[in-house]
Amino acid sequence: MSQPPLLQVNDVRVDFTQGRSPVFQALKGVSLRIDAGETVGLVGESGSGKTTLGRVILGLTEATAGQVLFDGQDITHLSRAARRELARDIQVVFQDPYGSLNPARTIGDTLAEPLLNDATLTRQDIQRRIVEVLERVGMPVDTASRYPNQFSGGQRQRIAIARAVIGKPRLVVCDEPVSALDLSVQAQVLNLLNELQRSMGLAMLFISHDLTVVRHVSHRTVVLYRGDIVEQGSAEQVHHHPQHPYTRALLAAAPVPDPIAQRERRQQFVLARQAMA
Amino acid sequence: MSYVSRLFKRPLAVLALAWLVCLVLGAVLAVHIAPYDPLDQDLLAIKQWPSSEHWLGTDALGRDVLSRVLFGLAPTVAGVLEAVLIASCMGLSLGLTAGYFGGAWDRWVQQYVSLVQSLPNILIMLAVLAVFGQTMLPAMVTLGVLGSAGISRVIRSVTLAVREDLYIAAARICGMSDAYIITRHVVPRVVGPVIVQMSMFAAVSVIVQTGISFLGLGEPPPAPTWGGMIFEASASLNDFPWLLVPSGCVVALTILSFGLLGDSLRDASTEQWSRPSQRRRIQARRAVRPTDLPTGQVLSLRDVVITTGEGEHTRTLVHKVNLDLAPGETLGIVGESGSGKTLTSLSLMGLLPAGTQVASGTLVMGDQVIDLTNEASLSRLRGNTIGMIFQEPMAALDPCFTVGYQLAEVVRLRGSWSEAALQAKVIELLEQVKIPNAKEVAARYPHQISGGMAQRVGIARALASEPQVLLADEPTTALDVTVQAEILELLRSLSQSRHMAVILVTHDWGVVADLCDRAMVLRHGHVLESAQVLDLFQRPQHPYTQALLAANPHSATPGQVLPTVDDALMNLQGVNVQGGSA
Repeated sequence: MSQPPLLQVNDVRVDFTQGRSPVFQALKGVSLRIDAGETVGLVGESGSGKTTLGRVILGLTEATAGQVLFDGQDITHLSRAARRELARDIQVVFQDPYGSLNPARTIGDTLAEPLLNDATLTRQDIQRRIVEVLERVGMPVDTASRYPNQFSGGQRQRIAIARAVIGKPRLVVCDEPVSALDLSVQAQVLNLLNELQRSMGLAMLFISHDLTVVRHVSHRTVVLYRGDIVEQGSAEQVHHHPQHPYTRALLAAAPVPDPIAQRERRQQFVLARQAMA
Repeated sequence: MSYVSRLFKRPLAVLALAWLVCLVLGAVLAVHIAPYDPLDQDLLAIKQWPSSEHWLGTDALGRDVLSRVLFGLAPTVAGVLEAVLIASCMGLSLGLTAGYFGGAWDRWVQQYVSLVQSLPNILIMLAVLAVFGQTMLPAMVTLGVLGSAGISRVIRSVTLAVREDLYIAAARICGMSDAYIITRHVVPRVVGPVIVQMSMFAAVSVIVQTGISFLGLGEPPPAPTWGGMIFEASASLNDFPWLLVPSGCVVALTILSFGLLGDSLRDASTEQWSRPSQRRRIQARRAVRPTDLPTGQVLSLRDVVITTGEGEHTRTLVHKVNLDLAPGETLGIVGESGSGKTLTSLSLMGLLPAGTQVASGTLVMGDQVIDLTNEASLSRLRGNTIGMIFQEPMAALDPCFTVGYQLAEVVRLRGSWSEAALQAKVIELLEQVKIPNAKEVAARYPHQISGGMAQRVGIARALASEPQVLLADEPTTALDVTVQAEILELLRSLSQSRHMAVILVTHDWGVVADLCDRAMVLRHGHVLESAQVLDLFQRPQHPYTQALLAANPHSATPGQVLPTVDDALMNLQGVNVQGGSA
């Protein structure tokens, strides 16, 4: 390996305790690397721990054991102040475009946030950057003075993406960014993410339950099942030659929009389920 | 529309505000506008009725009542301000920090709040008055401190809810400090309840203040206070009752104003996101059997029009939708959000959300012809000949009752059952939807089962009445793909074995391809196309259907830009896009 990875996750474990009930292991020792400018797709179903891994990287959930390295620096247990330094480098796009924007603040206020900690920027600089980034994500310029409730889900997700990239980060964690959107809007948002990834040289951790969506955006795909990585490889390889029975079941379970091909898939799914049992 | 202009649209709020503004002005300008010195006695003119010299009459010592009311304003206003200021500062800071940070600090604050709330307020106030002499200032500060406890509880619980919102997480990731997040993100969200609490507390502080003066524990006479004036008026209640009117009225009006203002402020702040829940009553017409019905259908809909709003603001959401369903057939209603697919399906259950209504439409089931505007007649069909399953399987089950109880409830509606037979029927229903250990599952509560299992229970509940038609509104959207595949398999086998027709509302073409015999494409409330699925997927007729199918990531090549609906429709310009009003 010529270059050190941008993000290195080493054997991260997360245990949740709920009152007196037994410990739930959300992640059972997961290791992962993301190189600069690379998109890694993280696939799994509910309870697989995929969102938890994203939250650990973002510093929203504390890892029970293990290590997260960003650019060689250990960021597993950073203080809030130290985390602030990282805010420019690591950003996020959440699943729910309705909950991720504060309804009581204008889009301009929201977009300015990632830049507020940078003392070198004047108010004019920030305004200019907001106009730039809105144009970049295909939103009209007057968006900045309006409130979130005037926008549709797809538009809000564009705004959330604008907030993520306005500070020119190096890594963006996308947690199911399109699963709450209509099919036709999904394609637009995926195209936007792909375009930004290429033009800005972003590294992305793309978390999703949909292998098809992941195939379109990621270079590498990692499959998570009950807190363990069961398979990883290039997106094409995982999609066309899945090794683990769970990956096969996952692939066969997603229905294809073709009644005849779907009939075949159903057989595959039954076989894959039997293989897992 | 801004908050202020929404507020000013309410006449009561304007009146209340005007009264309070007058009070403040009166307090400030009392020295200039009061016609007499409030202490000036004129023993030749005692207990006089209102006249041109004494607008509100005179009291038992011949003092001008108006002047006394005006001079009594300043201490009242000052006392209210003190109490409210202290209560809001303490309540807000304790509530916000306890709710936002949680943990040990939250526990400490809660202990403190419980302690303060368990103290006998009146005794404390009396003690403070005794210690500091008869002045109102320390008493009102005490009231503020005591009142802040309850207010901080309310603020804390609102903050707890806001804390979990995603934009708070996003702000943290952006490196914002806690102080910034609290002031810029949390405060605007909790400001509504704060204002309401404050106005209520202001009213309380007027009452307390009047009470203290009434008991003679405040400023000693002859200083003009509202409570003192009421006390004096009560002394001459028998021979000159008028005295009670001016002082009693200002106190009552002031308290009323605070209450009205609080209500209006709350309404004005929630108006933005809450819709009026009134439903327009439409005169139900007599159902007429449509003439264009194909034979042998289990269910037909004709000319369904669904609207929202009233008068000139009426918007049509669903335009004259027709639908036929053969026995045992699975029909997909496909469309994106806002296409009217869910409204259409809900209309035949009579379950349209508040604010929308069926303007016209006819439902034919066998020999029954029902006008859809007549919701009462639909209730006979609901859950009887038409069963329904929902998108959120968990939300569709009552968390307070076991799975078995909820199924038994539905079974009991049909005939009388012995307890043993009822239990056996419940187990049978659960086994029909292929739940292993049915007996064990029946005893569990909804939170103890998985989402997929909950949807199976939902299906079992719908099957209890052996419906001819099952309405499934996005039944698998909230589920994992592997669970979705199992639920779809279950629906397929049930529909085949029971010859039950299924209406499947979905936005997912994969689900349509998997389960449906026929599909209907909806956009902006218009039916664009309706065909057998094989034809629909291989030879889509309408440009929108073509575009929607092309926009599916399944059919695209990785590495290429995904085709989107807008692009595809753009390329089809010149083709007559029926109903595509956008």
